[in-house]
Amino acid sequence: MTFDSWLTTILILVPMGGALLVAIAPLPGYWLGSLAALCSLVEVGFWITAAGRFQFGDPSLQLAQHASWFSDLHVSWHVGQFAFSLWLVGMTAVVMAACTIYGWWVGRTRPRLYFALMLFLSGAIVGVFTAQDLLLFYAFFEAMLIPLYLLIGVWGGAGRMRATLTFVVYTVVGSLLMLAAIVVYGLHEHTFDLMQLPQRSSTWLFLGFVIAFAIKAPLFPFHGWLPDAYRESPPEVSAVLSGVISKVGLYGLLRIAIPKFPSVAHDWRYVLLVLASISLIYGSLLAFRAPDFRGVVMYSSLAQSGLIVLGLFAFNDLGFDGAVLQMVNHALVSAALFLLAGMIERRTSTGELRLLGGMARGRPILATLVLTTGIISLAVPLSTSFAGEFLILAGVFQQHWAWAVVGAVGIVLAAMYMLRAISAVLHQDVGSAVPETALDVRAGELAVVAPLVLCLVALSAWPNLISGHAFGAGHARQQVETGLTFPVGWTGYVPLGTTK
Amino acid sequence: MISTPHVDWFALSAPLALLAASGLLLMVAVFVPRRGRTAAAAFTGFAGFVTAFVFAIVLAVKSPHAQTLIHDTMFRDRWAALAQVLIAGSGAVAVLLSVGERWSEEHMAEYYALLTAAGAGMTFFVEASSLLTLFLGLEWFSIGLYVLTAIDIDLIGSLEAGLKYLVVGAVGSATLLFGSALVYGRTGQLSFDRIGAAGHGHDAMLVVGLAMIIAGLAFKSSAAPFHMWTPDAYQGAPTPVTSFMASATKIAALVVTYRVLSTAFPHDQSLWRWTIAGIACASLAWGNIGALVQRNVKRILAYSSISHAGFMLIAVAAANQLGARALQYYLIPYAAMSLGAFAVVAARERELGVPVTLSNLAGFGWERPFLGVAMWTFMLGFLGFPLTGGFIGKFYVFAAAYDHGFWWLIVVGVVATMVSAYYYLGIVRAMYFRERADLTLAPSGGSPPRELVLSAGVGICLVVTVGSFFAVQPLIDAAKAAAHVLPL
Repeated sequence: MTFDSWLTTILILVPMGGALLVAIAPLPGYWLGSLAALCSLVEVGFWITAAGRFQFGDPSLQLAQHASWFSDLHVSWHVGQFAFSLWLVGMTAVVMAACTIYGWWVGRTRPRLYFALMLFLSGAIVGVFTAQDLLLFYAFFEAMLIPLYLLIGVWGGAGRMRATLTFVVYTVVGSLLMLAAIVVYGLHEHTFDLMQLPQRSSTWLFLGFVIAFAIKAPLFPFHGWLPDAYRESPPEVSAVLSGVISKVGLYGLLRIAIPKFPSVAHDWRYVLLVLASISLIYGSLLAFRAPDFRGVVMYSSLAQSGLIVLGLFAFNDLGFDGAVLQMVNHALVSAALFLLAGMIERRTSTGELRLLGGMARGRPILATLVLTTGIISLAVPLSTSFAGEFLILAGVFQQHWAWAVVGAVGIVLAAMYMLRAISAVLHQDVGSAVPETALDVRAGELAVVAPLVLCLVALSAWPNLISGHAFGAGHARQQVETGLTFPVGWTGYVPLGTTK
Repeated sequence: MISTPHVDWFALSAPLALLAASGLLLMVAVFVPRRGRTAAAAFTGFAGFVTAFVFAIVLAVKSPHAQTLIHDTMFRDRWAALAQVLIAGSGAVAVLLSVGERWSEEHMAEYYALLTAAGAGMTFFVEASSLLTLFLGLEWFSIGLYVLTAIDIDLIGSLEAGLKYLVVGAVGSATLLFGSALVYGRTGQLSFDRIGAAGHGHDAMLVVGLAMIIAGLAFKSSAAPFHMWTPDAYQGAPTPVTSFMASATKIAALVVTYRVLSTAFPHDQSLWRWTIAGIACASLAWGNIGALVQRNVKRILAYSSISHAGFMLIAVAAANQLGARALQYYLIPYAAMSLGAFAVVAARERELGVPVTLSNLAGFGWERPFLGVAMWTFMLGFLGFPLTGGFIGKFYVFAAAYDHGFWWLIVVGVVATMVSAYYYLGIVRAMYFRERADLTLAPSGGSPPRELVLSAGVGICLVVTVGSFFAVQPLIDAAKAAAHVLPL
């Protein structure tokens, strides 16, 4: 057993172990927060180590570990990472660290449970991104729900009861459909190992997975849980929900739904493309009409999920590369924006745009952060979002030019809603809810958001870091359509239609 | 001179150990001075169950080959021994939960005597290999439970619950007895193997007998539509008794159901398979829908136990090796979760002095963090969430159903699980999301009693619930060895 093979397991166990430690450590609340912050930074450190040891030219599964869990149904602890999973894990580590430290900075009540849940949640998310066994994947997928339920329900706003109820109803329905699909799929093939499961052409199984992922993403018309959950959560939990959890759904499409059911995915691509287009346009319009800052960010995530799904179902190299890049971009952008929304709400005790305004004057750091993040999120040229969205549009253009038109309209709408929100918060007359004494961003808050923004700036300088290194040696399409299994001696491409 | 058969006393060691404990407890009731009587009684009861637990494990290890004893009236095999391990373990935890009970201090020794006697009956019942011993075992533990349900006469509803359980239970026993008589009348045999050998399919009298036996056993496993007594009896009985009924009775009834059906009625397999599948669906539907509207936590858990009977009956309906394995595995986390959940209810009950409802659970999770987290784990386990054995249990049950081609049972199970999320998470919500301010009923003052013994019991349940998620392989190996005994 080398260090490499343990690295993925370590990435899962560090936050989980940290959660246990926080839950039982006999320390006062403030120290629990610092312990959790330390764990989340250690996690980032391990991710950097993993990225350093990763062979980006190699398309096969790396840093993998395999151990039997129960043998009679062929279920195992099998974890490992592809290049694109590595980026998603990195994004998770960074965003979760920012959110955990933000929670520490604002001094959440009942810190023991709060920080234990945050760490447990990060471990579960990393588990989802790295699990290579369907049942293990499902276990992590479900495990994410437990901390989220409590994080929203205990630390949420006044409407939290309703928010948790809708959130749970949607998620449980989706995940149990997926469980049924997993049971049938895995038992039929006598293995649950994603690296060994053959491709299938069953529409029912495909839909079982896709609905679960579409709820998580979310995609129109499965987004009913989104408004309550994002508005009622504490801001850092909204950041996690929109930044990271939504990527779990998109990752599921990329890792399971498309590679394992390529021909069905191909047949159903128009349905998915239409739903993605509706999500994009409808989400953008809702964001434009949203009365509060969080509303804008939240509906923009619905729109962005739509855009990423457009990229995934473009079924070509550009689309897949762009989708992975855009997942990371949007995670960083929306996490930063939700945290900024939280900071604004702390100062004005409201997020309503009509009560806000004029916050730029005398608050240069806040203005700079909001403006930079907002500009990146609306995909201004030279930003990393521009690179991601451009790749997606170029990819989906090859399907049909009409999809690219939809995408372009979405990008125009993004400029409209984002500039409206920025202007309503920072510029115009000083809002009635903005006190003169409202402080600029404090050092602690800056330390949380600045790394996210710096990551975005760095990616803007070199988006190819992700888009060019997401699928090993390139050829994303052929890798995804051959099932992302890469047996030894893998030679290449089997055209669509000839697979089972 | 009647020739006595050779008796393998070791095979009967678990019931005998519990009977011995029961006898000792009756002496404790008389001879030990009042001051130390409660402690001595609890210790004796606990020791009895632990002894039976150890004996059952040794029996499981030393019985690699199934055999019948005493003129084919008892089985000595791993299927029974594993069930005995679970029953004795449940009993031991139930004793830990009973220690802090305040009621009728002078009758505590008799209470434990009844508990161990009922446990002895159950461990005897699971070894039964003929209709005669089957009925004997059933009545043996049932009578103990009737009295236990009504033992706290000061508790409102306890007598009513006891009477209801007695009447309905007696109907169940009578049904089982009548069914046995029909089967005996048709085949002329009492032992399961010989009934299986003598019977043949589509024999009206045999089928009626089979139906009545299924009904009689379903009364005990509280599967719908034979569940009517369950909510009232669970609610009215003292909570430790409820916990014992919810775990041990269900273990015994389901394990025996699987054995009787597969051994004695192989010819009518497709018939009882569909019947059990129907009962499973009814239980899942009724249990979950019934639980949705309840406010009393014990009643919610009672309906939840009905729905879990449904889940485990899916494994029976599958009637294959995987199903038998699934049942034996599922019972392990299920027993732990039931005991643990009722233990937490008992703790809250003692603190408040009134029945526990969703509204007076408010703030419980913050006041007593360990019990709160434990209760939360048990609820997620019932719901079948990962990091608890409930997840693997449901997965195995679905796998068994799929293996037989009953894929529609998976659909029913999945829908039932969706519905159940509402009330299981409702309990978590009641404990954590509401503040103490919402609590209209204040505890009588001072910090809540510490109840170390009860917490230890909850700790054991927690370890089993979570541990069975990680240690699937050894548990499944044990369940597999047990399942091989059945002719499936």
